[in-house]
Amino acid sequence: MKRRNFTKLVAGLSLVASMMGTTAMADDMRIALVVKALGIGFFEAAAKGAEEAAAELGGVEIIYTGPTDTTAEGQIEVINSLIAQGVDAIAVSANDTDALVPTLKKAQQRGITVISWDSGVAQEGRQVHLNPSSNALIGNMIIKLAADHLPDGGDVAVLSATTTSTNQNIWIEEMTKVMGNYPGINVVATVYGDDLADKSYREAQGLMQSYPDLDAIIAPTSVGIVAAAQAVADAGKIGEVNVTGLGLPSEMAGAIESGASKSFAIWNPIDLGYSAAMIAHQLATGAATAEPGAEISIGRMGTITLDDTNAAAMADPFVYDSSNIDDFKSIF
Amino acid sequence: MLKRFLASREILLLGAIVALLVVIATRFPAFVAPSNLADVFNDTSPLILLAIGQMIVILTKCIDLSVAANLALTGMVVAMINVAAPGMPIVVIIMIAVGLGTLMGMTNGLLVWKLQIPPIVVTLGTMTIFRGIIFLISDGKWVNSHEMSSAFKAFPRADLLGLPVMSWTAIIAVILFTIVMTRTTMGRSFYAVGGNPHAATYTGIDVGKTQFRAFTISGALAGLTGYLWVSRYSVAYVDIAGGFELDVVAACVIGGVSIAGGIGTVGGALLGALFLGVIKNALPVVNISPFWQLAISGSAIIIAVALNARANREKGRIILKTAEHAT
Repeated sequence: MKRRNFTKLVAGLSLVASMMGTTAMADDMRIALVVKALGIGFFEAAAKGAEEAAAELGGVEIIYTGPTDTTAEGQIEVINSLIAQGVDAIAVSANDTDALVPTLKKAQQRGITVISWDSGVAQEGRQVHLNPSSNALIGNMIIKLAADHLPDGGDVAVLSATTTSTNQNIWIEEMTKVMGNYPGINVVATVYGDDLADKSYREAQGLMQSYPDLDAIIAPTSVGIVAAAQAVADAGKIGEVNVTGLGLPSEMAGAIESGASKSFAIWNPIDLGYSAAMIAHQLATGAATAEPGAEISIGRMGTITLDDTNAAAMADPFVYDSSNIDDFKSIF
Repeated sequence: MLKRFLASREILLLGAIVALLVVIATRFPAFVAPSNLADVFNDTSPLILLAIGQMIVILTKCIDLSVAANLALTGMVVAMINVAAPGMPIVVIIMIAVGLGTLMGMTNGLLVWKLQIPPIVVTLGTMTIFRGIIFLISDGKWVNSHEMSSAFKAFPRADLLGLPVMSWTAIIAVILFTIVMTRTTMGRSFYAVGGNPHAATYTGIDVGKTQFRAFTISGALAGLTGYLWVSRYSVAYVDIAGGFELDVVAACVIGGVSIAGGIGTVGGALLGALFLGVIKNALPVVNISPFWQLAISGSAIIIAVALNARANREKGRIILKTAEHAT
């Protein structure tokens, strides 16, 4: 008897749930923001931006989700469940360029708008890709940050994320292209900290040992730059080795304060999440089409123009140093 | 006697570490400078602490996969406490860390003891739960170095007779647990329970309770390491020490701890951890392509374990010959 009551209750509940589900679906456009991993400050900030876009647009629900660790497998699972839920759009920052393509193709076949942002997927896996900035500009920026403090030239090393990180590899490539503009600056090594604090720390220590004359460490990854700054501080090399690259103001405030890092850059993740949600909305409603040369309006961020690969750049990276870090460290 | 000593797995492993250092020195001589070796030891301290706890757990035929998650959760909690109450003395912080770690270890132990769930399942579950709790309490946010008090960050780095406190912690743990494992009833009961659970029961040792104790010790050490880790890297977030539990198990296995239980020493765990620590610290400086590093680390582990297994093949000692044949 008890059991039967329980079954009835469950049936009743699921009926209510499904009714609620349908009403919600009819009203709201659901845009899923899939990030590399939950719990990373950068993506939390992007989610905030997406919520801002949703509030501005009205009738849009943002589903902020992602795996608990930065793997393509985890993202595939998340995306599959989003397809099952029948969301209207998926905006993904990919852990792997190619691995997500089959799953995202499936999503598109079901009529789901798919865009990638921040870290892209191969062209056949998405309709539009939004770069936070142009790769060339970032590549130039990270070496410029190091060179600005080395007027007489010097030795710099790169501390990257993993050997297969899409973002970092492209930026380092772009950086190498413009090295000619910075005479006297030599890149002596590129090492990989795998975006783990302990491994990055060890790699930074290794760099300082292998290259006693090292002047700067460029870490275009938020975990790496913090770990490198800590390693430099612990080695007593503040002032000798400048740690720079890409990081978050809240995470780098200590390093700027201690002097281990003189300056670093990052785009504004809030703007990025905002723009990604805007683009996804424009495409899903049919207000914009994804084709080369198309212009898509992204609210307060202006308009972007898609290039031959349906990719577009949002804005220039922004430099943070001791003069402005206090204003930003509480934001993201 | 001498022959047995020379053939012991600890000496073999020590030989392997020395050989490794010699190879590294040919490529990067500065690596074997005493100051650098001290740095390597310091860097390996968290691994040593966790490997000692893990060894005790493995001795009792269990495994604790939740150590890294325990470390991360404790680290996050003490970091958040430090942000909320920067004036709190470090002694209290350490007590909280050890207490919290112990509590998590006891949870594992109780589930294994009272509910008889296989340890690998229990700790896989609690591992995920602990990481999940970090999400809940931190909202996925980082605790950054500028938010931590300077006393909080200074403790593991404080210099004591030429070595940082973090290294001393590992040294003290090694000495303490060597005594516990060789000279106390509790220590010997871990071996008894893993070596032959039935015989242990007949001698009046409660197998479940002993396993519970092993998990408690492992948890306490993980909690302590949690504070040291967060303080050393000056950052706490969900993923810290991600995958570190596998390094810990690897250190034990390399150190000659038998996964089947009953065999293993604190010295072995120490050397196993040092072996991994030397590899981890050497790879960045010996100029090997990063694309090869993972494969090299893995091969080193397998070679070490293979050698160990060969060396230990005829280690078994039959105490009751008649009983052995009777079964």
